[in-house]
Amino acid sequence: MEYEMVIGMEIHVELGTKTKIFCSCPTKFGQEENTHTCPICLGMPGVLPVLNEKVVEYATRAGLALNCEIAHFSKMDRKNYFYPDLPKAYQTSQFDLPICTGGVVEIEVDGVKKDIGITRIHIEEDAGKLLHESADGTLIDVNRCGVPLVEIVTEPDLRSAEEARTFAEKVRNIMEYTDVSDCKMQEGSMRFDVNISMREKGATVLGTRTEMKNLNSFRALIRAVQYESKRQIVELKKGHKIIQETRKWDDTKGASASLRSKEEAQDYRYFPEPDLVPIVIEKEYIEKIKRELPELPEAKKQRYIDEYKLPEYDAGVLTATGVTARFFEEAVVLYDEPKQISNWIMVEIPPLLKEKELTMENIPIAPVQLAELLKLVKESVINGTSGKEVLKEMFNTGKNPGEIVKEKGLAQMSDTAELEAIIEKIVSDNPKSVEDIGTGNEKAYGFLTGKVMKETKGKANPQVANKIIREVVAKHLG
Amino acid sequence: MELSQKTIHEINDLLEKKEVTVTEVTESVVKRIDAVEKSTAAYLSLQTEEALIAARAVDRELSERKKRTPLEGIPYGLKDNMCTRGILTTCASKMLYNFNPPYNAHVYDRLIEEGGILLGKTNMDEFAMGSSTENSAYKITHNPWDLNKVPGGSSGGSAVAVAADTAFYALGSDTGGSIRQPASFCGVVGMKPTYGLVSRYGLVAFASSLDQIGPLTKDVEDCALVLNAIIGHDAKDSTSLKLEKKDYTQNLKQGVKGLKIGVAQAFFGEGLQPEVRKSLEEAVEVYKALGAEIVDVSFRHLDYALSAYYMISSAEASSNLARYDGIRYGYRAEEYDGLVDLYKKTRSQGFGDEVKRRIMLGTYALSSGYYDAYYKKAMQVRTLIKEDFEQVFGGCDVLLTPTAPTTAFGIGEKTSNPLEMYLTDIYTVTVNIAGIPGISIPSGLDNSGMPIGMQLLGPILSEEILLKVAWAFENEKGLKNLKAPLGTEV
Repeated sequence: MEYEMVIGMEIHVELGTKTKIFCSCPTKFGQEENTHTCPICLGMPGVLPVLNEKVVEYATRAGLALNCEIAHFSKMDRKNYFYPDLPKAYQTSQFDLPICTGGVVEIEVDGVKKDIGITRIHIEEDAGKLLHESADGTLIDVNRCGVPLVEIVTEPDLRSAEEARTFAEKVRNIMEYTDVSDCKMQEGSMRFDVNISMREKGATVLGTRTEMKNLNSFRALIRAVQYESKRQIVELKKGHKIIQETRKWDDTKGASASLRSKEEAQDYRYFPEPDLVPIVIEKEYIEKIKRELPELPEAKKQRYIDEYKLPEYDAGVLTATGVTARFFEEAVVLYDEPKQISNWIMVEIPPLLKEKELTMENIPIAPVQLAELLKLVKESVINGTSGKEVLKEMFNTGKNPGEIVKEKGLAQMSDTAELEAIIEKIVSDNPKSVEDIGTGNEKAYGFLTGKVMKETKGKANPQVANKIIREVVAKHLG
Repeated sequence: MELSQKTIHEINDLLEKKEVTVTEVTESVVKRIDAVEKSTAAYLSLQTEEALIAARAVDRELSERKKRTPLEGIPYGLKDNMCTRGILTTCASKMLYNFNPPYNAHVYDRLIEEGGILLGKTNMDEFAMGSSTENSAYKITHNPWDLNKVPGGSSGGSAVAVAADTAFYALGSDTGGSIRQPASFCGVVGMKPTYGLVSRYGLVAFASSLDQIGPLTKDVEDCALVLNAIIGHDAKDSTSLKLEKKDYTQNLKQGVKGLKIGVAQAFFGEGLQPEVRKSLEEAVEVYKALGAEIVDVSFRHLDYALSAYYMISSAEASSNLARYDGIRYGYRAEEYDGLVDLYKKTRSQGFGDEVKRRIMLGTYALSSGYYDAYYKKAMQVRTLIKEDFEQVFGGCDVLLTPTAPTTAFGIGEKTSNPLEMYLTDIYTVTVNIAGIPGISIPSGLDNSGMPIGMQLLGPILSEEILLKVAWAFENEKGLKNLKAPLGTEV
């Protein structure tokens, strides 16, 4: 029997608002424990929440970017459970009336395009963090309490680990583009829950599913899905039934284990949050957010193809993340050679980033510096080889390309007399090459050019050098 | 007459004429506290030393300034569920026995701005759950009209402080009658304003959609003065109404001529003490004589109000009180084995029986499989009752009802029967469910000399009319001179 995998996802995205969802504490990551707190996010007796309007704006933007309907009327609810990282003993979330419903995201895997349905997006608050490693026992850091989140819930439309990853990357890309979130996986700004079930290929009924929570990297997502689908197939082949349960993914072991069954599942006793008023969003507001929505990756990619005449591959790579696209666009405004900029971003920059363990987000050079560098190459002030060297120096020192060229004396030899003298000497020193050329072996030109470049430490303009070599060789043969 | 026995507006006249100082006024009330507090036990904690220091400071300030605000230098009490920075706020619970809030309730900040002088925090039923103040984890408060009787609750300490002249006024909170019922039992004026009129920020929550802070005062004019000071929009409370400040004393004495006062049979049900009924009938006659029109009105869904109230309030309470888990502040069990045991022991030991009863009731009502039958149904009833009131107020300006079915009962009389205790709220809970304002004022005494209260209800934001109608009755009957027979010698 052939099995088909059915996957639904829940993606938690921390919103990039400056302050928390119900108080004015900052949301900044990585601060000293328990310094970004107040009586409100600490859930002390008698305090009340006030919904951060920016949270509604960001969630609306997220919804529009994922093609959702934005609810005119939605409300906040309480999800009740005890845990030390949850000071109020309830998480303020949305239950039956979420802010966004019914969206769709198109993905492409192996050249096949497919729509993934978004069931809903709701607003909620993050919990704090328990620190178990302390010598004093388990400690609590409540800085993260009240950091706003949206939870994006999909239809069970995904059919493979690859589809799940592609979808998750696409959502990350869109959230980043629309400034809904910085989507820093390593800071927990984006986390995945996956529901997986198996069924006979072609069947319409869903199989029993298991859920894995809090996967915090694309790698963990892929591996967890692969592991769990294999585990389920093995179980089914043995004739066992799949137990509906929550499983914990252990990324170091590369395996999942049962956490709690459906019977042990908590009853969250949701009910409407009486301390907050309903969220009522007018059409005009939605229209305004829609107008202000930045260009999304799909549209941008198409525009790069149409407007900059870039190959589809280049357009895809450049628009894969918002920061790369922004870098490209800022450079192309200053230097109107899209393909050349694209080449440098795709080919020359990545190894330098990798070497320094950086990403496009914290790239040490500015688009204006790249544009200046490429202009120097275009205007033959330096050649391409020197250009690469200058780029490396820019990464190391942060200096402007012009400055580096001057300091290192990398400017191409524009003095033809000097170049002629060098070439004259090289040609004289290599009579064999001249002879070869005389017998029709054009390859010898390459040899001579190489010698010239070596002698000039790459500063010779290759075209100019070539022209002079031909003249000098002709003279010798003549 | 001692200064402590006077009303706020009488003291205001004396201060205006410079016949007394704030220090003298405060000394008088502190002296009264020294004399009777051991008998009444209205306060959980006292700030009398600080109050005297504050009084002298106000006097110094007033000597250099002409203008004085109506509550400036007037000593008052605060129910112990309103947060006071650096002053214990226990909610009369073992759970918060050591809780010193690092912030103030909005109303306390308002009264600080007004120059009020805090005398202390008043006793209450634990987390405001109860109708007799017997559910306090710390002490029993006694009714100054008969020390063997309860003061009502949950704002029993606040009502007693005012009735026994150990505060000129006090703030209480009213979730199902917790201001009005003790006001009625103690012969003082108590008002629950429209939901959202007074900020709930810093009021330790019992049932968020029902809780409202209000004044307990010696007469109706004082009630208007205190209300003036505590109302107003507060950005920290999302349910706070965005309204302009208002002066409720302005039209207070305009009379009731031409107003329609509704009377509904639904409020004269089983268990109504005959003297309470009689007192209300007399009140009807008083209003007729004053030129008001009396109209019969009827309700359709009032029978379900009490059940719906206990469902909604307990459901919200079960969630609001979940934060008391022994992790961050307040009581924590001394010995426990792991996290779940810490939770269980802390909550078992920290909460009293009534609080536990409501938490269990509320948890059950919200549980999966029961939600629709209990919580959801109760919310539907809530909508129906709101509609009932809208329809009733289409035919009258205010509604006249008893505040409670009886006058104050004996201490210990109803503690073994929670349901009977719940029934004492039958005439007050509907008001909270509908979010409308209600005021209780004394209407007379029963055969054993205990005060009877009557309740006036009006539509959303009808406080001004309610106060006017209440003042007209009080003025006509002269009942504001009723004084609890509590001598200094008891």
